[in-house]
Amino acid sequence: MKKLLSGNEAIARGAWEYGVAVASAYPGTPSTEILEEFARYPNVYAEWATNEKVALDVAIGAAYAGRRAMSTMKHVGLNVAADAFFYASMTGIEGGLLVVSADDPAMHSSQNEQDNRNFGKFARVPVVEPVDSQEAKDLVGAALDISEQFDTPVMLRITTRIAHSSTPVELGERKEGPPPLPTYPRKFEKYVMLPVNARKRHPVIEERIRKLTVFAETFPFNRVEWGDRSLGIITCGVAYQYAKEVFPTASILKLGMTYPIPPQMVREFVGQVERAIVLEELDPFVENEIKLLGLWVEGKSIFSGIGEMDPRTVREQAIAAGLLPASARKTYIVPDVGSLPGRPPVLCPGCPHRGFYVITRKLKLPINGDIGCYTLGALPPLNSTDTCGCMGASIGVAHGADKAGSPERNIAVLGDSTFFHTGMPALLNVAYNNGKTITVVLDNRVTAMTGHQDNPGTGRTLQGQESKQIEFEPLLRALGMDHVQTVNAFDLREVERALREALKRDEASALVVRGECALLPEARKQYVPLRVDDERCNGCGLCFRVGCPAIVKRPDGKASIDALLCTGCEVCAQVCARKAILFRSQVQETADA
Amino acid sequence: MKTVDFIVVGVGGQGTLLASDVIAQVGLGAGLEAKKSEVHGMAQRGGSVISHVRWGERVYSPLIGKGEADFLLAFEKLEALRYVDWLKPGGVALVNEQAIPPVAVSSGGAEYPSDERFLAAFKAVTDKVYLIPSLKVAQEVGSARVNNVVMLGALSALLDVDEAVWRAAIEERVPPKFVEMNLRAFERGRALVK
Repeated sequence: MKKLLSGNEAIARGAWEYGVAVASAYPGTPSTEILEEFARYPNVYAEWATNEKVALDVAIGAAYAGRRAMSTMKHVGLNVAADAFFYASMTGIEGGLLVVSADDPAMHSSQNEQDNRNFGKFARVPVVEPVDSQEAKDLVGAALDISEQFDTPVMLRITTRIAHSSTPVELGERKEGPPPLPTYPRKFEKYVMLPVNARKRHPVIEERIRKLTVFAETFPFNRVEWGDRSLGIITCGVAYQYAKEVFPTASILKLGMTYPIPPQMVREFVGQVERAIVLEELDPFVENEIKLLGLWVEGKSIFSGIGEMDPRTVREQAIAAGLLPASARKTYIVPDVGSLPGRPPVLCPGCPHRGFYVITRKLKLPINGDIGCYTLGALPPLNSTDTCGCMGASIGVAHGADKAGSPERNIAVLGDSTFFHTGMPALLNVAYNNGKTITVVLDNRVTAMTGHQDNPGTGRTLQGQESKQIEFEPLLRALGMDHVQTVNAFDLREVERALREALKRDEASALVVRGECALLPEARKQYVPLRVDDERCNGCGLCFRVGCPAIVKRPDGKASIDALLCTGCEVCAQVCARKAILFRSQVQETADA
Repeated sequence: MKTVDFIVVGVGGQGTLLASDVIAQVGLGAGLEAKKSEVHGMAQRGGSVISHVRWGERVYSPLIGKGEADFLLAFEKLEALRYVDWLKPGGVALVNEQAIPPVAVSSGGAEYPSDERFLAAFKAVTDKVYLIPSLKVAQEVGSARVNNVVMLGALSALLDVDEAVWRAAIEERVPPKFVEMNLRAFERGRALVK
């Protein structure tokens, strides 16, 4: 029976069916659901690692021990894991090793749209790309077989549209993968990458890619669909679907393996069509590989390498290039709607991060931010983050400003999970190098942005086991912070006092601003919607500037609170100069009366 | 058979994703191929949400191009307006009458579009616009949260698929203890358009 599965669900299913025993990942959109789903299957081990590099090391370790293993990550996660990715290519493995890279064309939730197929070529790791959920599942099995046959990690590269599109999938049963090797492999020349061994391994991996090039010629996921030979389209991933949609009669060479490409197959295809076009999202990766064969194809001169494709843009660009007649254009109506107010993602009502930014805005502090929900503090009306580059960057960037002699005192701001991810070595660096950076951990007790995953601070593992709950205060002290304060995120006066105290000190210190994410089940039980006292409110607008979706400006300019949205966090009540917003205790009193 | 293309839009938290799950499931239940595409992550934080669902004998692209949707199902008026150009000329729009002002409006910096602007924009594209009081109906049924299923009921009345297929898809997708309330919401929504 066929079931609708997202690409992510299909990969999880494939990993289970094809005998993956160990999987490790750090959450990151659009990859997160793969491990969440996989963790629910029986007889598997799945974990949230502290970062992608650790996750990939764990998967490599399991593959060295002979089991089938997987590590999944968003595209920028592979930047973090790149060191591991490269050595695993050099050493090879015992059991199959699958690395899933979920790229994000159009940057729906990322800082860039890097094309990780380049990493495949860079590290001499074969890359497979599915066109839908069924292929995503099937390619997991094919990739693990390739991994074991050729002694190499394999990258399954997907994009947001594959990860988050649901298409029908035929389900199968689990086939157990290999058991652990009876003894741990002691192969000095293969697994100890001392220069003396690495020099011997390099020719091995170059030869491996040459053999894979031959293998690619008969790889069943590479196939030609002959049609009209006046136009030949070479395509892969979700772009294949746009090719079928927009050019229903053209000949198509669909590549399920995009590194290495099958030279013979490509040569024959290009030779048999009048005009050969490559349709692929982001970089001209396949296009350049084909050009390296000495063949002429067109690609990025027609189709943009920026953002996502969709059928309309592909059709329009094809018409502009003369691939389709102008009559193929589908006209549509764009009515004049004027300028519409945007609806960007915002900090939720009751978010524990909001109050902190109200205070940093008041103190006009330069903030080096990080990746998480709290990055939204950069947006109006809080406007309270000045830099945000990648996971864990906050502390190092703030320390750099300090050492550069920047006249203001920079504050590094990052979340609990991001601190565990890559914040820790940066903080140790501050302490070691006599830095003066003030580091603020916004501890909302969960990895929130990606959808509430557990982390070392929650005391629970991905598969629901209780575990050691890491406390921040001793950890921060151990990393060299002599002065560690912890404050309640919802108490603005406390937050301000603690920040001022840290600013007075001519040395590094750390501040834990703790408040549970308002969307956690325990927090939800505590909601008490606040109310505005109409007589006291004079419409001054101070509360609007906290940027809470629950606070609504009425036609008369006064504030009102949406009881369906308000959690009763009291940040607005503390900001109100006229005490017109009732605190929880006042609301409850009037309710009792 | 030609494909049937649905664009479902709303505000993060309104149940747009569950609604598009159900529509896709109904397509499969009706013996067609179905594909659904959406983006998770940032959109969940009260942001604007768009989901694509396609039915057909054979469906390729998971995405629908602008101006190519047969149906626009909008759970909020401003979001309906934002995505009106996704609707093909003469397509069908079902719009929840609810307005959820974004922070830019509630904090006083921007204006929520008037009903006149809303109607004029839709009139330029199609005369098939159904305004659905789905929040009100949902509250009558028992919870604002079944708002999305009231909208599905209204949509179902305009499609030639057996009602039982819809009911089965809803039963499959909602938690068991809410099935009954959701089915009532579905019936009420269906009656609004029938």
